[in-house]
Amino acid sequence: MSEPQKTKISVRHLDFFYGSNKALIDINLEIPENQVTAFIGPSGCGKSTLLRVFNRMYSLYPGQRATGEVLLDGEDILAPGMDVNMLRAKIGMVFQKPTPFPMSIYDNIAFGIKLYEKLRKVEMDERVEQALRHAALWEEVKDKLKTSGLGLSGGQQQRLCIARAVAVKPEVILLDEPTSALDPIATLKIEELVSELRNQFTILIVTHNMQQAARVSDYTAFMYMGEMVEFDSTHQLFTNPGKKQTEDYITGRYG
Amino acid sequence: MNTAKNARYLRRRFWNVFNLGMAMATTLFGLFWLVWILWTTLSYGATALNMELFTGDTPAPGSIGGLRNAFVGSLLMIGVAVMIGTPVGILAGTYLAEFAQGSRLAAVIRFFNDILLSAPSIVIGLFIYAVVVVPMGSFSGLAGALSLAILLLPVVLRTTDEMLGMVPGTMREAALALGAPHWKMIVQVSYRAARSGILTGVLLAVARISGETAPLLFTALSNQFFSTNLDKPIANVPVVIFQFAMSPYPEWQHLAWAGALIAAMAVLVLSLVSRFLIKDRSPR
Repeated sequence: MSEPQKTKISVRHLDFFYGSNKALIDINLEIPENQVTAFIGPSGCGKSTLLRVFNRMYSLYPGQRATGEVLLDGEDILAPGMDVNMLRAKIGMVFQKPTPFPMSIYDNIAFGIKLYEKLRKVEMDERVEQALRHAALWEEVKDKLKTSGLGLSGGQQQRLCIARAVAVKPEVILLDEPTSALDPIATLKIEELVSELRNQFTILIVTHNMQQAARVSDYTAFMYMGEMVEFDSTHQLFTNPGKKQTEDYITGRYG
Repeated sequence: MNTAKNARYLRRRFWNVFNLGMAMATTLFGLFWLVWILWTTLSYGATALNMELFTGDTPAPGSIGGLRNAFVGSLLMIGVAVMIGTPVGILAGTYLAEFAQGSRLAAVIRFFNDILLSAPSIVIGLFIYAVVVVPMGSFSGLAGALSLAILLLPVVLRTTDEMLGMVPGTMREAALALGAPHWKMIVQVSYRAARSGILTGVLLAVARISGETAPLLFTALSNQFFSTNLDKPIANVPVVIFQFAMSPYPEWQHLAWAGALIAAMAVLVLSLVSRFLIKDRSPR
């Protein structure tokens, strides 16, 4: 990396296990603040697993464990005393499949806000509008805020999920293959959205689509078989990869 | 197409027609009895329908009356049974689906719940007779309600478990990823997603217990007079139908048919409502 960036998350000697199966091997990584970092690699390389470490999603499931250190602004989120709910307030997540809650569009957004803030109706209305505008969804749904979020199209549902994550005012947003269930037009909208949000949030995006990584990210990490092969600025990684493995992957020789 | 293939094709076609024919025949066979039952109930019951049915109480032989006390008694006992059985069933189902997923304890609980689900209702009646009626020294509406609650419980438990099991795991993760505590996720997201399914289960359970006679014979017994006192024996539709239909008095027999018709209609309405709720379920 050429210019120095403030680090938001640093990963040190991270190993991850599904039972006795080691899925991540000695990951070391410095993720810069308010930039988009993409994680690419073939299926099963551990990129989604890594993402789920950042908000401790894995700790829902007995048998999954992580060792090493993951520092968010210098604080180890893997430490035993970590309050995962407060961590998740700082680190939002959007999943592969859109996951609107079975409630109105308005309530979908308000759900997250209500977890942390007690707002008057007017303030809440404002926050919901702000979040929906942030996710470029406001114009499409402003007249039907009281209708079910399940009635939206797939792309709209996904933007609703992004709005829901943004509404809580997190510092980091994790996107786990957010466009893999969407058509090309909806995908384009999400990518534009990521570009607009890039300077306000630290965004981590897992994608199986290399073009997408090249289009939306500032930094790219290439993973293979649970190892971090290469991490560099996106431009550098795609035009002048440092490792043979990376070059083989981005030129389509495997994966 | 060569001839060998052609023969195979013809054979397949024959079996297709044959199986379709058998399936239709068995469906008609089943429907035939159902329609006959409904028709009999309707034709005998309809002649006995009048306002007196809902205003008068069960009469002495030879006089005129209705089934008011039986309807009220049944409604009371079913109401109490729902109030006891539903919360327990929903909470236990929630435990299985949300907290004990994949655990050994959950498998054991499900197994015993399935046994309870298929236990003959007369066994439940005897059980309540032994542990409630005998110690209390009297048949009572409360004992009847308890036995109905035990019959309702496993149905509600199982539907809750199954309906919550159908809520996508990603939806739960999405709620937890926002930092929601576990209980809030369950109450505001899982329950909401499974709401109509759980409600349907409760309605079907009510339909099931509303026709149960055997457990009430040992517990609520019956009462010739109007009563809302759950400490004492109380009239109820199934036992009154049982007694009146077996009696030699034509007025009683007519009332039994009318009661059977009303009971069947009530179950039909409940089923329709639950159908409507399933259909109304918002798409995922």
